[in-house]
Amino acid sequence: MKRLLYLLSAFLILSCSKKEEMISPDSIYNVGSVWEKQDGNKISFIDFKGKVLVTTMIFTSCKTACPRLTAEMKKIENEVGKVSPDNIEYVLISIDPETDTPEVMKAYLKTHQLDEKEWMFIRSNENDTREIANIMAVKYKEISPIEFSHSNIISVYSKNGTLAYQKEGLDNDIQRTAKEIKKQLEL
Amino acid sequence: MFFAIVLALFSCSRHSVHEKSPDIQNHLKYVSNSKKMVKIDGGIYEAFIGKDSGKIVKIETFYLDDSPVTNADYLSFLKANPQWTKSKVKRLYADSSYLRHWKSDFEIPENVSPDAPVTNVSWYAAKEYAKSVGKRLPTIDEWEFTALADRNSKNASGKPEFTDFILKSYQKKDKNKQIIKKDLPNYYGVYNMYGMVWEWTFDFNSVMMSGESRKDNTTNESLFCAGAAITSSDLRNYAGFVRYALRGSLKADYCLNNLGFRCAKNLNK
Repeated sequence: MKRLLYLLSAFLILSCSKKEEMISPDSIYNVGSVWEKQDGNKISFIDFKGKVLVTTMIFTSCKTACPRLTAEMKKIENEVGKVSPDNIEYVLISIDPETDTPEVMKAYLKTHQLDEKEWMFIRSNENDTREIANIMAVKYKEISPIEFSHSNIISVYSKNGTLAYQKEGLDNDIQRTAKEIKKQLEL
Repeated sequence: MFFAIVLALFSCSRHSVHEKSPDIQNHLKYVSNSKKMVKIDGGIYEAFIGKDSGKIVKIETFYLDDSPVTNADYLSFLKANPQWTKSKVKRLYADSSYLRHWKSDFEIPENVSPDAPVTNVSWYAAKEYAKSVGKRLPTIDEWEFTALADRNSKNASGKPEFTDFILKSYQKKDKNKQIIKKDLPNYYGVYNMYGMVWEWTFDFNSVMMSGESRKDNTTNESLFCAGAAITSSDLRNYAGFVRYALRGSLKADYCLNNLGFRCAKNLNK
């Protein structure tokens, strides 16, 4: 009995130390902000732990660059190929949280045929959106109540939440981005 | 023995709580601060840089710190929030220049006054400081609107001597080592808008510079055009251009020895 207890406690200690694993100081998991998903549930970046994260920042009423950014994310997904949803998450982040309600975000995913198993659309308040934009090196500005100008950046984060690759601009680097994602999936 | 297991279990669950929400671990502590704030009556102003040029921007009435946040102010923030000291700060939130001139975590630089503006702080750090004293960072528009005032009027942008004053202020050396409020205040009673330090603004990352704007969906060529074509009608654009160019070149983790900040607050809070 006593031996069993020792074993048990050793096991507990082991599982503890695993949980205590330090988050890298430059990991996006350090960001504490809470985000609302297309299904209305809440999420933080730490919840993506263990997954390769592919992100871009858009707004749903955008008629110019955003549909193309979303299309590029899809192309990248096709290039990467089938991956278990446990290992990857494609995340769209709203820069227009006032307009992009969960209903709107959900409809957007549906319209663009983005499977909610691997895809997620999230929003927060202005403050947290500004912060995450800064972390992802995205610049944006509201130019009218329904229009934003913004950088077209797709970011790839490792399974530890550290930035692995950034693709800037449109019509380029799809393969390179997919290659980097595959590399991160192997790690 | 059972007790030990229970204890272990307990400590486990505590760890997982931490893991779930890093913000709890880095919980920001409130700091009381007596810096004077000045009420800036709202109004409209004509943005004069880049694609916004000529756009009429409406500013709501707000409060602004009457001077930049000092080393002493910042030290009290660090004492309450050691997660922001130079040895503990997360690399995500500040580059390696963060407080580089400080001797240690709680020692401000020897040759710099406690009443000089704090510099070598990142945007994240400035934002958290503001939060800790119940304030926020001003927007670019709020800052620029306040900065239109000379000593006697709210909007001195039409006066050539004001432009001259601004440009001369920008040429002074070692401005960041001066003590705040040694110069005269502007119309509102706000000090050191010019000639001390560059200042962080909440939405500095809304300025898109040429280099990357090629790739952006809205280009911002006029930003540089305005700078290149210094017409006599609007030399003041040049001074504004310098500020916008700096904002456009910053990243939120940058720490520069001539970049500080001041805080703002909404009227209703």
